[in-house]
Amino acid sequence: MPENNQISEILKKFNNDRSRLMDILLEIQEKQNFVNEEDIKFLSEKLGVSGGEINETLSFYHFFSDKELGKYNIYLNDSITANMKGRTEVKKAFEEACATPIGNVSEDKQFGLFSTSCIGMNDQEPAAIINNKIFTQLTPYRVRQLVKGMRDGKPIEDLMYENFGDGNNADPDVKAMVFNNIRRKSIILKNDYEPYTFLKGKIRDYSPEQVIKVIEDSNLRGRGGAGFPTGLKWRFGSRTDGAHRVIICNADEGEPGTFKDRVLLTQYPEMVFEGMVIAAFATGADIGLLYLRYEYKYLLKFLNRKLKEMQEQNLLGNNISGIRDFNFSIRIQLGAGAYVCGEESALIESLEGKRGEPRDKPPFPVEKGYLGYPTIINNVETLATAVKIMHHGANWYANFGTKDSLGTKLLSISGDCKLPGIYEVEWGISIKEVLEMCGAEDAQAIQVGGPSGMLIGMKDFDNLDKTTLMRWYKPSGMMVAERFFDRRLSYSDLPTGGSIIIFNNQRDLLGDVVLNFMDFFIEESCGSCSTCRNLPVLMKMKLEKILAGNGVKKDIEDLLSWGKTLKASRCGLGQTAGNPILSSIFNFRHLYERHVQSLKEFDNGFDLEKAVEPYMDFVHRKPMFHHF
Amino acid sequence: MSNQIKIVIDGQEIITERGKTIVEVARENNIFIPTLCFFEGAEKKANCRICTIKINNRMMTSCTTPVVDGMEIENNTPELNDIRKSIIELLFVSGNHFCPACEKSGNCELQALAYRYQMMVPRFPYWFPKKQIDASNKKIIKEQNRCIACKRCIKTIFDEKGRRYFAFKNRGQKLEVVLDQVMGKTMSDEIAKKAMENCPVGSILYRETGFEVPIGERKYENEPIGSNLKG
Repeated sequence: MPENNQISEILKKFNNDRSRLMDILLEIQEKQNFVNEEDIKFLSEKLGVSGGEINETLSFYHFFSDKELGKYNIYLNDSITANMKGRTEVKKAFEEACATPIGNVSEDKQFGLFSTSCIGMNDQEPAAIINNKIFTQLTPYRVRQLVKGMRDGKPIEDLMYENFGDGNNADPDVKAMVFNNIRRKSIILKNDYEPYTFLKGKIRDYSPEQVIKVIEDSNLRGRGGAGFPTGLKWRFGSRTDGAHRVIICNADEGEPGTFKDRVLLTQYPEMVFEGMVIAAFATGADIGLLYLRYEYKYLLKFLNRKLKEMQEQNLLGNNISGIRDFNFSIRIQLGAGAYVCGEESALIESLEGKRGEPRDKPPFPVEKGYLGYPTIINNVETLATAVKIMHHGANWYANFGTKDSLGTKLLSISGDCKLPGIYEVEWGISIKEVLEMCGAEDAQAIQVGGPSGMLIGMKDFDNLDKTTLMRWYKPSGMMVAERFFDRRLSYSDLPTGGSIIIFNNQRDLLGDVVLNFMDFFIEESCGSCSTCRNLPVLMKMKLEKILAGNGVKKDIEDLLSWGKTLKASRCGLGQTAGNPILSSIFNFRHLYERHVQSLKEFDNGFDLEKAVEPYMDFVHRKPMFHHF
Repeated sequence: MSNQIKIVIDGQEIITERGKTIVEVARENNIFIPTLCFFEGAEKKANCRICTIKINNRMMTSCTTPVVDGMEIENNTPELNDIRKSIIELLFVSGNHFCPACEKSGNCELQALAYRYQMMVPRFPYWFPKKQIDASNKKIIKEQNRCIACKRCIKTIFDEKGRRYFAFKNRGQKLEVVLDQVMGKTMSDEIAKKAMENCPVGSILYRETGFEVPIGERKYENEPIGSNLKG
């Protein structure tokens, strides 16, 4: 086996540790732009595992490649909002200028042009990642200018505008043309908190148990969407024995339409990290990990600087803030492009250098998580919120929100509205007010909670389907139609992770929105469960059949019944992968019924009349078939 | 602390011990729960989902869930049996399982389960996506059209250093189980035969010999799957 010095260096840096395979592959990819068969053989030899196992991780993630990519690699976002804001023209402009169809590397190896799932820029679409830099609000004109610059061999930094985005987007370590678009601030985003105040002061008056008690009393629930009580999670985690205990901050926000964590990490990173340290204090954790989605790699340098500053101030490391034996450090782990890694056990697998395949539960991460240690995983927003709660107290927090949903929620609003961006609202706000707030007129439907959420419509809501269906399709969010715009965002009514996408009356809900969402789930399935690997494809095929005018009534019933099998999948992604179709049948059934052939109960799979039409035309005769 | 606990499967009370999974307890007590990706002694990972049962109205997989005192399990119900049948049908249309031409016929667990659940015409359209056959190895043929990605070969076939011969590749619809090209070159006959044996379907085929046991005299032809258990 020939020695490969470059890779040997990288392996040395990570102590030949198999569990750091993500970092190893990321560095190789960064240095040489792909990881080929020879590299895999070399890694397999050095790490003592089969090449197949290396490739298992490599081939799983969207941003890894085993073939040579271009000098410039363009990943064009394919979210529904991007498509609503002119992605088709932008894509065409890229294809023409780069001389390659999307999904390929150009012949001259200058350009790789690829589609990618939502990159968290829904408020400034169409957007693309080019050599790890973010380019937003693209137009065909801008695309041609960009490609010309690249053809002239300019480094990607030179192609960005001089005036970067607002706030920390202009920081020398970020330099991104991304805008925060913070449009409404409440108790979390208000600039009334000097970073690390709690950590530098009051924390010394608390015992770990008392911190957990405050969080429990505040009724804080996980802000990623699932809404698990945070205090309870900390308590569980603190009770399990282990040689180490782990705090993970889940910054893998991949739900299309969500971008709140991007803004928190850009503008409030101190609060997120402080939340992690407080969680570590409360639970006795010593290992801290922040899993950052690859799409936000442009923030990595900036975030690492913040960690270094904390270390210098003794807010990380040993005897933190002078508290004896309180030792905790944080490492940022970069992902490599996989929505499913937002699922906490898949995220742990990824952190261990494996493909992001969710684990069977039990055991839960709080019992057996990262490298087998008890692990507490919290969302970015949850951790930031915990800081404010500790600073002001649980009683203060109870002044905001509703009885069953205390506090505030960051909403990422995009789609057909005048003012897309981040809004911090108190729980209990009605959909109607959300629409007014962001300047949305003529709304046909709203997706609350991303594609895995539900599409709530008007028509059949009160019908018999409701009880039987609700049992199966527990929403993590929903598409809300006009009749329900009085409903409120809260854990007891419309729970949400914060993604709000608005569709006006000009939008084709089935042909554009639902199909786009289904493509997303098909692309992002890990493939482990037989159900989630196959059913979304079959369901999409059936929807296409219906949209093509070849459907019969039974096709709608079939879709509903197939959805039940999908519920047998292991993780939330699989269980909700049919929601775009199921909830749109549930709420916009009339759109389906418009397309199916109402007279036919039975699908014979073949339209004889249509098939002989050209012949009949030719011989000037009219078809005369009996309809069964 | 006593290790003895009591659980209930479909109304039947069972005394058993802590630490076992639901599937194991069911088998010991003569109760049939279908499995495909489950392999005794191997790492537990519920990929096929066919052993889905319900606990507190929540779907769980019985091959991974440990029994807990007082657990009440729904197993043999029309609803669950229909989900199981639909998974079998799903596996049939998402691959290409042409039993009459398959060396594994009669020893195939997927085929045997299809008989048990009386699959006639699948509820899904005839999808049969075309996949590549990997015939590059000297000892085995990997017929991807029959692979159900159950992971049994991945979880059970190792070399003396504990390295895996088989691995997943890609994700989602493009997911495949592939043989490591380097390790495949030195694969022994013994390992190759074991790989074929552990495969529940006819996706891993040992070369050169075939049909040693004639059709009609094979495992599930004499004893339909689960017929040794009461049901």
